[in-house]
Amino acid sequence: MYGLIAAESAIFVIFVVAYLFYAGKSVAGPTPEVLHAPWVPSICLLSSSWTIHSAVAALRRGDVASFARRWLATIVLGVVFLGATAREWRHLIVDEGLTIRTNLLGTTYYSLVGLHAFHVTVGLVVLTAVWLFGAFGRVAPADAERVSLVSMYWHFVDVVWVVVFSVVYVIGR
Amino acid sequence: MTTDPTAVTTTRMGGRPAALPARRPFVDTLHDWVTTVDHKRLGILYVGYGLLFLVFGGIEATVMRVQLVRPHNDFVAPQTFNQLFTMHGTTMIFFAAMPIVFGFANYLVPLMIGARDMAFPRLNAFSFWLTAFGGLFLYFSLVGGYGLYGMGTAPDVGWFAYAPLTAKTFSPGHATDYWTLSLLVSGFGSIGTAVNIVATIVCMRCPGMTLGKMPLLAWLNLVMACLVILAVSPLTAAQLMLLVDRYLGGHFFDTQAGGSAAIWMHFFWIFGHPEVYVLVLPAFAFVSEIIPVFSRKALFGYPAMVAATVAIGFIGMSVWAHHMFTIGMSAGANAFFVLSTMAIAVPTGIKIFNWLATMWGGTISFKAPMLFCTAFLFQFLVAGLTGVMLSSAPVDWQLGSSYFVVAHFHYVIVGGILFAVFAAFYYWFPKVTGRMYGESLAKVHFWLFAIGFHLTFDFMHVPGLLGMPRRIYTYEPGRGWDAWNLIVTIGVLFQAAGILAFVVNLVRSYLRGRPAGHDPWDAWTLEWSTSSPPPEYNFPTLPVVKSRRPLWDLKHPEDPDWTYE
Repeated sequence: MYGLIAAESAIFVIFVVAYLFYAGKSVAGPTPEVLHAPWVPSICLLSSSWTIHSAVAALRRGDVASFARRWLATIVLGVVFLGATAREWRHLIVDEGLTIRTNLLGTTYYSLVGLHAFHVTVGLVVLTAVWLFGAFGRVAPADAERVSLVSMYWHFVDVVWVVVFSVVYVIGR
Repeated sequence: MTTDPTAVTTTRMGGRPAALPARRPFVDTLHDWVTTVDHKRLGILYVGYGLLFLVFGGIEATVMRVQLVRPHNDFVAPQTFNQLFTMHGTTMIFFAAMPIVFGFANYLVPLMIGARDMAFPRLNAFSFWLTAFGGLFLYFSLVGGYGLYGMGTAPDVGWFAYAPLTAKTFSPGHATDYWTLSLLVSGFGSIGTAVNIVATIVCMRCPGMTLGKMPLLAWLNLVMACLVILAVSPLTAAQLMLLVDRYLGGHFFDTQAGGSAAIWMHFFWIFGHPEVYVLVLPAFAFVSEIIPVFSRKALFGYPAMVAATVAIGFIGMSVWAHHMFTIGMSAGANAFFVLSTMAIAVPTGIKIFNWLATMWGGTISFKAPMLFCTAFLFQFLVAGLTGVMLSSAPVDWQLGSSYFVVAHFHYVIVGGILFAVFAAFYYWFPKVTGRMYGESLAKVHFWLFAIGFHLTFDFMHVPGLLGMPRRIYTYEPGRGWDAWNLIVTIGVLFQAAGILAFVVNLVRSYLRGRPAGHDPWDAWTLEWSTSSPPPEYNFPTLPVVKSRRPLWDLKHPEDPDWTYE
């Protein structure tokens, strides 16, 4: 899992470097001023790290019911984040006219944020699968080790968001 | 590839040939191979697949050399020539060299660290099939390059596919997309295998095998796998960007919209240079196992070898832009990459001295594996020296993109890596098949290939120095290049004859070689303690080791290694 995370990090590093390298180099508008920092969704995503951590901890204690509750909370928080991203993209595309082919900002912004959103989506699929297993009584405390691998991936996705957020909404503007 | 699977599980202890197993239907055998998760079978599949593509790439190279044999030749059209060098480079790096070194790692690492399989057997099979289909993708472009409607065409953008040549405007059709997708798919396969190798080495070593007692082959493959994780991922990212550009109208490498062609070069070579070390570290690994056994001495300077390996891994990640001196970087960047490139010669030099010191005073027996290793030492040294020449930016400005560069990196890849791979083939052939290869035919292979190699690549340096650029499909007479190009092409014939001897030897020995026994070389690492070929579970009981040469301890209980280490 650490190996996979290292490989994923390398991929993100390249996209982040491209974003920073091209920041302010677009030859035509819109400029980064059209981007609005998504504070609430970010807080949702980051707090989902805490819910998933406590879910795994509950499973380790043998408390399967509260594992399922906190796991579901994680999924809900992830969906909220993804929905907010979708809304932001809709605003950018429809109101501001920024698409992936408009200019360099569009290309780099959508690919970096999109790559992260793709990872959130993959995470949500896996989380939902685990939750369904749990709903059918197939998750036991003995599975805590495997479940914690999913949680590790989710933490990674959150940490990447911290980096992407700082790059896109703080440094990039 | 047609081993009867029952033969694998029939143990052949003590070198006695097993009783002839009953024939099984071909479909069953095929099914077993396609669905296998056994690291040894996947290793054999990887290597066989790599050999197949080695022949494809070799044929492409031969056609190019025939085209260049004399000035104004018209054996192939210029467009075909562009496709040939693109396919040759891509095939050889991604679908010949990588699968072969991964195959050996797959086969040998679990055996040498006393494990029963890789850490993730199913991921292992998945990665192999990704790589396999990646290769098919690339060659499918020959029929599907223009989307099956028009004539098919192979990619023709060069193996490093510089922007903006890859943009939709300059590369219409789908050939470039096949190139991108095949590298993307096989790249995921490589990352999967690398993760697997790291997890295996970190978690699955047998009792007593600390990191300091691990065979050097495992160490080198560990560093190789880490490099794959860190280097192939940027390539994956860059290919994704290229896809965004080509399909979604993005501007990553579109200079008219403010994009940069140079950043593709950076991203590609952040992968491209570590890739050289990904290929050469396993070659070092083979040499480090073979030279001690055929010199009858323990490897000289094990800790220094490990340290040098890790140093190569680190420095190897920070030299990429020496491929880009000619694009005009800042003086600071030039100085950094000149110095880091020169610095990497130091750990490499340490290794060469350690191998020499291992041979020094040993009872050397020049069997085929040792012959190839000895040639490797000389040739890799020369390749390193021309590398140090090219690392100096002013020299590179003069020689960049000339045949001197082509000669240099073929010296590394053929003279270094391929020679070590041949050594590994002969050394481990008895273990994998249970049969001995033909020694005299192997020596014929060695001499033919060595003569061919030197004819081709020694003399290729000269037209480079005389100003012959790479990737030209023909040239004017009277520039002083004619004779050199003729000699270079003649060398190819010798190399092809050598490869023929090699393949004939493999097939003949597999069918009719004499039984090899479980330890024909009187070697010291764990893979020689089990039968040949090893049973599916590798070891009946997990071995316990106390030193770096566990079999030496077993054979010489009166003078075991662990009293010295």
